[in-house]
Amino acid sequence: MITANLPALQVVIPLLAAPLSLVLRRPGLAWLFTLLISIITLFVSLELLRQVLSGGVISYAMGGWEPPWGIEYRVDTVNAFVLLIVSIIGAVVMLSAGESVAREVPEDKQPLFYTAYLLCLTGLLGIAITGDAFNLFVFLEISSLSSYIMISLGQDRRSLTAAFQYLIMGTIGATFILIGVGLLYMMTGTLNMHDLSQRLPAIMETRTVHSAFAFLTVGISIKLALFPLHLWLPNAYTYAPSVATAFLAATATKVAVYVLLRFVFTVFGVEFAFEMMPLGEILMLLALLAIFSGSTVAIFQDNIKRMMAYSSVAQIGYMILGISFATVTGLTAGILHLFNHAMMKGALFLALGCIVYRIGGNVRLDDFRGLGKTMPWTMAAVVAGGLSLIGVPLTVGFVSKWYLVLAALEQGWWPIAVMVLVGSLLAVVYIWKLVEAAYFQAPKEGASGAEAPLSLLIPTWLLIGASVYFGIDTDLTVSVAQIAAQSLLEVRP
Amino acid sequence: MTTVLGLYNYWVVIFLMMVGFYIVIAHGNMVKKVVGLNIFQTSVFILYISVGKVRDGAAPILDDTVTVYSNPLPHVLILTAIVVGVATTALALALIVRIRESYGSIEEEDIHRQDESL
Repeated sequence: MITANLPALQVVIPLLAAPLSLVLRRPGLAWLFTLLISIITLFVSLELLRQVLSGGVISYAMGGWEPPWGIEYRVDTVNAFVLLIVSIIGAVVMLSAGESVAREVPEDKQPLFYTAYLLCLTGLLGIAITGDAFNLFVFLEISSLSSYIMISLGQDRRSLTAAFQYLIMGTIGATFILIGVGLLYMMTGTLNMHDLSQRLPAIMETRTVHSAFAFLTVGISIKLALFPLHLWLPNAYTYAPSVATAFLAATATKVAVYVLLRFVFTVFGVEFAFEMMPLGEILMLLALLAIFSGSTVAIFQDNIKRMMAYSSVAQIGYMILGISFATVTGLTAGILHLFNHAMMKGALFLALGCIVYRIGGNVRLDDFRGLGKTMPWTMAAVVAGGLSLIGVPLTVGFVSKWYLVLAALEQGWWPIAVMVLVGSLLAVVYIWKLVEAAYFQAPKEGASGAEAPLSLLIPTWLLIGASVYFGIDTDLTVSVAQIAAQSLLEVRP
Repeated sequence: MTTVLGLYNYWVVIFLMMVGFYIVIAHGNMVKKVVGLNIFQTSVFILYISVGKVRDGAAPILDDTVTVYSNPLPHVLILTAIVVGVATTALALALIVRIRESYGSIEEEDIHRQDESL
C-alpha cells in the first residue's frame, strides 16, 4: 500500500508538514519536526530510485485519474536522481539549521522559516516528480514563493531588496514558462509531457511551437540563472540566511536544470532542439561565457558568500556546457555535475554558515585572516570544497570535469576542452585567496577564536565526505548519470 | 478568419504583455513594478482563456440541445494561475512594506544609493 503510493507521498508528506510546523510555534520543536520530515522524504526518494533502477519507469496516476487526463507522476532514472539530490541536501542542511537559524533569524519568525523551508522542499520535489507541464508550473511557483520568503529573512536589510529583485525576475521567468505551456496546450490539447512528446512531432514546423520552445527555454534559463540571466542570484545568495543559501544553492538551480533537460529532451526531442533549432550553439556560447565571467567576477569579490554565488554561476555553466553537446557523454557530465555541485556547494555554504555563526553578518575576505588556526575544521572543509570546485583529482569536481573534457574531445572540440581547464585555473585563483588569508595571515584583532559547534560541523563534513567519497568511488553516481543520459537521448529513437 | 482583425484577442494579449513588461523594466518605483508584473500576468490569463473559446460553442453545461461546447479546461488552469498571481502580489507588497520600513523609500535608485553609501 505504502510502496505503491510513494510518488504521491514524496510530495504530500512535506506539503502537509509545512502548516503543521507553523502550528508547533516553538522553534526547537519546529526544527526537530522539519528534520524528521526531511529525513522521511530522503528515505522515500531512496526507495523510489531503487524501484526505478530495478523495475523501470513508474507511472502514478494522481487521485486515480488515468493519464493523460489526470495528473501523472512519472518517475524515471533522471528525476529519481534529482529527487535524491534534493532530499539529501534537504535533510543534511536541516541538520545544521537548528543552531544556525536560531542565530540568524528572529525567534518569532523561526517557525515561519521552517514552514517556508518545507514548502520549498515540496515545490522542488514536485517539479522533479510531476509528468504534467502545468503542474510543473504550480510547483515551480510554490518553491519560488517560499524561497523569496526564506531569502527575505536574512539579517542584512539588503536581503529584502534581493528577495524583491528575485521575485520580479522569478515571476517573469515562471510566466514565460506559463506562456510556453499555454502555446503547447493550444496546439496539442494536452498537458501531459509524455503525451506532448507523442503529439508534437506532427506539428513541429509551426511557428506556435517554435515560440513555445523559445518562451520555455528563456523562462527556464532565468530560473536556472544561466548567464546573462543570472543577475538575481548573487544578491539572493549573499544576503539570505546561511541555511537558506546552502539549501537553495544546492537544489533550486539544479531542479531548474532538470526542467530544461525534461523539456528539451523529453518533450521537444533532440532533433527539434539541436538540429532544427540552434539550441546547442546558443547554450554552448552562454555556458562558456558563464564559466569565464562567473569565475572572473568571483576573483574580485570581497564578500565571500558573493564570491561563492558567482562561482555558482560558473558551475551552472559547466552543467549547461555538458548538456549543449547533446551526446551521452556530455549529458552524463551535466547530470553528474548536478549531483557533484550540489554536494560541494552545499558543503561550502554550510562551512560559510559556520563562519557566519562565529563572526556574524557579512563575511569578508578580511574576516578569513587566521581562521586556519582558530577554526581549523571549518577551514579544512572550505579547502576541501574549494579543491572540489577547482576539480582536483580525488574530489567529485574532478569526476565531472573529466567527463566534460572527455565529451568535448569525443566531438573533436579540443578548444572547448582547453577552455574548461582554463576555467578551472580561474577557480584556483579565488580559492587561493581564501587559503592565503586563512593560513598565512595573522588573526584579526579581537576576533573570537573558537571552532563552530558540532551541530554545524557535522552536516558540513557529511557533504564534504560525500564529495570525497563519490570522487573516489565513482561507480554509483556515474552509472546512474549514464543511464539517465541514455534514457533522455533515446526517448524518441 | 485568420486575418489581422480575426486574431484580435492575440493582439490584445501582446499589447498588454508588452505594456506590463515595459513597466516592470522601465520603472524604478517598486509598487509600479508590481503593477506592471500584474498586467504582464493578466495578459497570459487572457491568452489562456481566449484559447478555450470554441466558435459557436456554448458554455460547458451538459444539455441535450447543445452539440458544441467551449473548452472549460483553460479556465480551470487559469484559476490556479490567478491564485498564484495573487500570492505573488501579496508577497511582493509585503516585501515592499518591509523595504519601506528599513529604507524609508520604495524607489530603487534611492535604495541603491543608500546601500552604496554604507
